[in-house]
Amino acid sequence: MSVPALYDAAGPRGRRRIAAGSAVGVAVIGALLALAAARLAGKGAFDAELWRVLTRGDVQRLLGRGLLATLQAAGIAMALSIGLGALLAVGRLSRRDWVARPAGAWVQLFRGLPLLLLIFFVFLGLPRLGLDVPTRRALIIGLTLYNSAVIGEIFRAGILSLPRGQTEAAFAIGLGRGQTLRLILLPQAVRRMLPALVSQLVTLLKDTSLGFVIGYTELLRNGRSGVEFLGGRYSIPIYTGIAVAYIAVNASLSATARLLDRSTRRRYGRAVQRTLADEAA
Amino acid sequence: MDAVTANLDQYWRGFLTTLELTALSSALALAAGTVLAAMRVSPVPPLRAAGTAYVEIVRNTPLTVVFFFVVFVLPQVDIRLGFFVFAVIAVSAYHAAFFCEAVRSGINAVAAGQAEAARSIGLTFAQSLRLVILPQAFRTVIPPLISVVIALAKNTSIAAAFGTVELTAVGIRLANANGDAVLPLLGGIALCYLVITLPAGWLAGALERRVAFVS
Repeated sequence: MSVPALYDAAGPRGRRRIAAGSAVGVAVIGALLALAAARLAGKGAFDAELWRVLTRGDVQRLLGRGLLATLQAAGIAMALSIGLGALLAVGRLSRRDWVARPAGAWVQLFRGLPLLLLIFFVFLGLPRLGLDVPTRRALIIGLTLYNSAVIGEIFRAGILSLPRGQTEAAFAIGLGRGQTLRLILLPQAVRRMLPALVSQLVTLLKDTSLGFVIGYTELLRNGRSGVEFLGGRYSIPIYTGIAVAYIAVNASLSATARLLDRSTRRRYGRAVQRTLADEAA
Repeated sequence: MDAVTANLDQYWRGFLTTLELTALSSALALAAGTVLAAMRVSPVPPLRAAGTAYVEIVRNTPLTVVFFFVVFVLPQVDIRLGFFVFAVIAVSAYHAAFFCEAVRSGINAVAAGQAEAARSIGLTFAQSLRLVILPQAFRTVIPPLISVVIALAKNTSIAAAFGTVELTAVGIRLANANGDAVLPLLGGIALCYLVITLPAGWLAGALERRVAFVS
């Protein structure tokens, strides 16, 4: 919902004031940008030679390999998190305490911890138990522990958002609890939570960049290696290129989420909203 | 367990650094986020566009990449500050977008009749925002703001990779120094985070139930 109620359609004086505000706004924002640009230009940050580094074949291959590794780790972690998240949601909704409690504890615990710490738990901890974990596996397991908890809550919210009448009607025609969940609740819940799920997947993709910390050669790590090899002044074009790549991939995923949200709301009622906190984390 | 008790002083210092980083960044990001939210609901198109652009760019960029820009790119233009200050800048710049969205959704949650009534008694846009909308918006917005602070507290762990010795950095350091006690050492760190995040989460939940508008 927007806030049209905050102000009237402007009259002549209001329009003049808005025009004046626009001019001042453009001037202030423009001045800030110009200041930053002047500072950067003073350091030669806009030299064509500097930015041509992005057209070099070896740099492109390095960043391309990194992007591929990022997408691979993200893809595997997404599939695992969705599967585990569905189990956790069903588990938390179970009538049996010995199922519901551990599932609830899993969600509370892993949502309350920083993802980076979870990744280090896996990366430094599992080898102590005699398990071999390469960096990619450590990253994927860490991402899955965290995101399964968040996605589990999205699934659960989706199921709980359905009107009680759905469950009651299913019981009335003689379906069991399992059948009700599988045949009646899940198909409707999936549609309601799809937008929230897709935007959580955007967050997961962003978080693969933590792989850089444990040395997984994803997009960011490869960019850093490139800058270390070429020299610090190339950090501006290379990190800008990386940011643009992330923004392009994520913005297209987000656009998909918005489209889904709109069609979901039209056909299946209000979609489940994800909290800002989950998005920020 | 001995490895944990022998290093309690390091845990304490890490815990304090995490708290400091969280408090400073939350204050800065909340201030910046409120300004961004005001820009996004204002009738002035360039301000709206600038606010929206900032939020959309930051939302789709990993915090790690924001850290890269602050820690590696700022020194290229001769801005050299301590690691802790860099961490505060990166964490605040990233979370300002989320505070903005929390405040904006609070503004949107205030019933349209409130704004209409404010206008009809002759208040200007700034007056109706300051005297009528924001005081009510802050009521509904407190639980989501707390949740963003929780997320921020967890995200300060990324500063560990950029030279700030907070909780996670202490954990990694101790784990590398005491290979035989990795799990208890990191478990202690996890406990420290839960001491911050779980009560804050319960507080947000309790407040949410209290201030919820009956619909």
